[in-house]
Amino acid sequence: MQERLLEVRNLKKHFSTKKGMLHAVDGVNFFINKGETLGLVGESGCGKSTTGRVVLRLLEATEGEIIFEGKDILQYNKQQQREMRKEMQIVFQDPFASLNPRMTISEIIAEPLVVNKVFSSKVDMQKRVKELMETVGLAERLINAYPHELDGGRRQRIGIARALALKPKFIVQDEPVSALDVSIQAQILNLMADLQDEFGLTYLFISHDLSVVKHVSDRIAVMYLGKIVELSDYSSMFNNPLHPYTQALLSAIPIPRIDIKRERIILEGDVPSPINPPEGCRFYGRCRYRQDICKNKTPELKDMGNDKYVACHFTNNLKPATV
Amino acid sequence: MKDNKNLLEIKNLSIHYVTEDGTVRAVEDMCLEIGSGETLGLVGETGAGKTTTALGIMQLIPNPPGKLVNGEILFEGEDLLKKTQAELRKIRGNKISMIFQDPMTSLNPVMTVGEQIAEVVKLHQKVNATEAIERAKLMLEKVGIPGGRVKDYPHQFSGGMRQRVVIAIALACNPTLLIADEPTTALDVTIQAQVLDLMKNLKDEFNTSMIMITHDLGVVAEVCDKVAIMYAGNVIEYTDVKRLYTSPKHPYTVGLFGSIPDIKEDEDRLKPIKGLMPDPTNIPSGCPFHPRCPKAMGICSQQKPKNIEIETGHFVKCLLYENPK
Ligand SMILES: Nc1ncnc2c1ncn2[C@@H]1O[C@H](COP(=O)(O)OP(=O)(O)OP(=O)(O)O)[C@@H](O)[C@H]1O
Ligand SMILES: Nc1ncnc2c1ncn2[C@@H]1O[C@H](COP(=O)(O)OP(=O)(O)OP(=O)(O)O)[C@@H](O)[C@H]1O
Ligand code: SF4
Ligand SMILES: [Mg+2]
Ligand SMILES: [Mg+2]
Repeated sequence: MQERLLEVRNLKKHFSTKKGMLHAVDGVNFFINKGETLGLVGESGCGKSTTGRVVLRLLEATEGEIIFEGKDILQYNKQQQREMRKEMQIVFQDPFASLNPRMTISEIIAEPLVVNKVFSSKVDMQKRVKELMETVGLAERLINAYPHELDGGRRQRIGIARALALKPKFIVQDEPVSALDVSIQAQILNLMADLQDEFGLTYLFISHDLSVVKHVSDRIAVMYLGKIVELSDYSSMFNNPLHPYTQALLSAIPIPRIDIKRERIILEGDVPSPINPPEGCRFYGRCRYRQDICKNKTPELKDMGNDKYVACHFTNNLKPATV
Repeated sequence: MKDNKNLLEIKNLSIHYVTEDGTVRAVEDMCLEIGSGETLGLVGETGAGKTTTALGIMQLIPNPPGKLVNGEILFEGEDLLKKTQAELRKIRGNKISMIFQDPMTSLNPVMTVGEQIAEVVKLHQKVNATEAIERAKLMLEKVGIPGGRVKDYPHQFSGGMRQRVVIAIALACNPTLLIADEPTTALDVTIQAQVLDLMKNLKDEFNTSMIMITHDLGVVAEVCDKVAIMYAGNVIEYTDVKRLYTSPKHPYTVGLFGSIPDIKEDEDRLKPIKGLMPDPTNIPSGCPFHPRCPKAMGICSQQKPKNIEIETGHFVKCLLYENPK
């Protein structure tokens, strides 16, 4: 049996806005085993980043439990939280916006070490910074450079080095390669895979790019409007998607090959508002298979066996809509 | 490729930007052609020169710092470089229209979408205000937005709908050539699928030729007939979609394919291109790709590769394919 590093139960994050309560994350359940990567995909605004931030307590959860190494971190006091921060880190999408422009590379990487008073001697700390730079493939000569002097790929390497500084067990990767050109993106993805092997890291990998997510993930969770609609291992997700939204999403990926012809499911309409969402399936308005019950009853994430979970009233029994 | 029916022919086009840091050779000796009803994909990473090419065709290069230093752009057989401003204005938005890279900024926030479409219609066709609004409604419906929403403002639409409004504006004058600069990059995949589907249908309906600018080889496979791959201002490979995807020849093209995860296979590691994009004001000598190229030979740093037609309709700029003798 694999060891669970993280488990999230009925996690909710609601924001109060002028127009009403925004259900950004609305009752999400998942777990991540030690050393694995869980991919979190879904369209803009479905709640991926909010999930990542709430899991790290960068945002306070509205409701739910976050079990890390067997303990609910939402019950932690300040001191315990500080300890927890060392174990759980994040890498952001926009390497530029997330780095302080007035700090040198070495200062940026050293910051978490300073804040947590890891080293008493400056020499030891410099040694660790250099070691981290080498780990992520940054040339030592860049140690006194500023972020704006570097390209996006190198800036993302700084973000990764900083996330690794305190030897975390778990890293939330929030769209870490989305801002990068494909040739650089591939370099960073390979680096992350190497680091995972070397340090036994566990990742929550957030992205809207399904090819990238499939490449990096062991299991994948698909989100739609604050809820997980399907969760399974990556190959079953791609070979046998069960939720109508997953089916449409996967069919919409433009594949850079001309030898594959697929039936494309074109979804009608747009994603509805997350503010005060009505009861019923969140995908109701766009679903080809909707029935009356879907409008009135919210489908729960059901265990379909083989570690596959789907939230749809008619899984394996989809018939064209009558309403 | 079908040479006598070319709608657009670009011959030896070079466009430079003269900046404080030096000269950026944004487009170098470009040769491309597009037949009527054909879609050409223009692919490349950041800074490759895609938008500059599009602005060059539209004759909208900001000058200074930009300057079209060489070449011809033949549209329906006539050189756009020789046209007067008045003639160009007639062509732009009438025969050639462009969807700009940042769609959200190309809509006017204080005008209804109907007014914005009608404005284009009125500019290019002899219709009165009522007829123009009717036509605007029709265009909205064509892009899948209810005609009843002509009086809505851009902020009342979602990102995908706004992009469809931009497409409606670009197509309102029924152009012969549509240049679309990353029209779906900012959109979610399911919305992107809607928009691409729509563009394909409209193109078929009106027999519009199109230049689709993108960095996504998946989008190209989906909608294009031909592809030109750009690197540091140069079209390094240019052929039909089938040949590009089944037998890419240039090491950079091969590298691009190696960098994208293949959704149909399981692979442990990607095969990225080593190194970084060159500094635009200091492009490497010889072949601009040589410092990153796994196949580079001694000569690659000294000699500029010529545009070689390795077989009919398949052009490659690489010294591996230049006859040694
Ligand atoms: N601080 C906030 N206050 C109010 N609403 C917020 C806040 N942060 C996020 N939201 C809303 O919560 C929802 C989920 O946002 P989130 O950023 O988690 O989405 P996402 O899936 O990461 O999207 P993207 O792919 O665009 O990054 C959105 O509707 C967003 O507008
Ligand atoms: N107005 C300008 N002044 C100076 N240099 C410019 C200007 N516009 C573009 N450039 C430079 O010309 C080169 C080509 O830019 P261009 O915008 O055509 O690239 P692109 O392929 O469209 O890139 P992207 O994918 O980022 O849109 C780049 O090096 C860019 O920095
Ligand atoms: S010319 Fe040389 S360096 Fe350039 S792509 Fe061909 S082999 Fe590589
Ligand atoms: Mg996000
Ligand atoms: Mg551009």
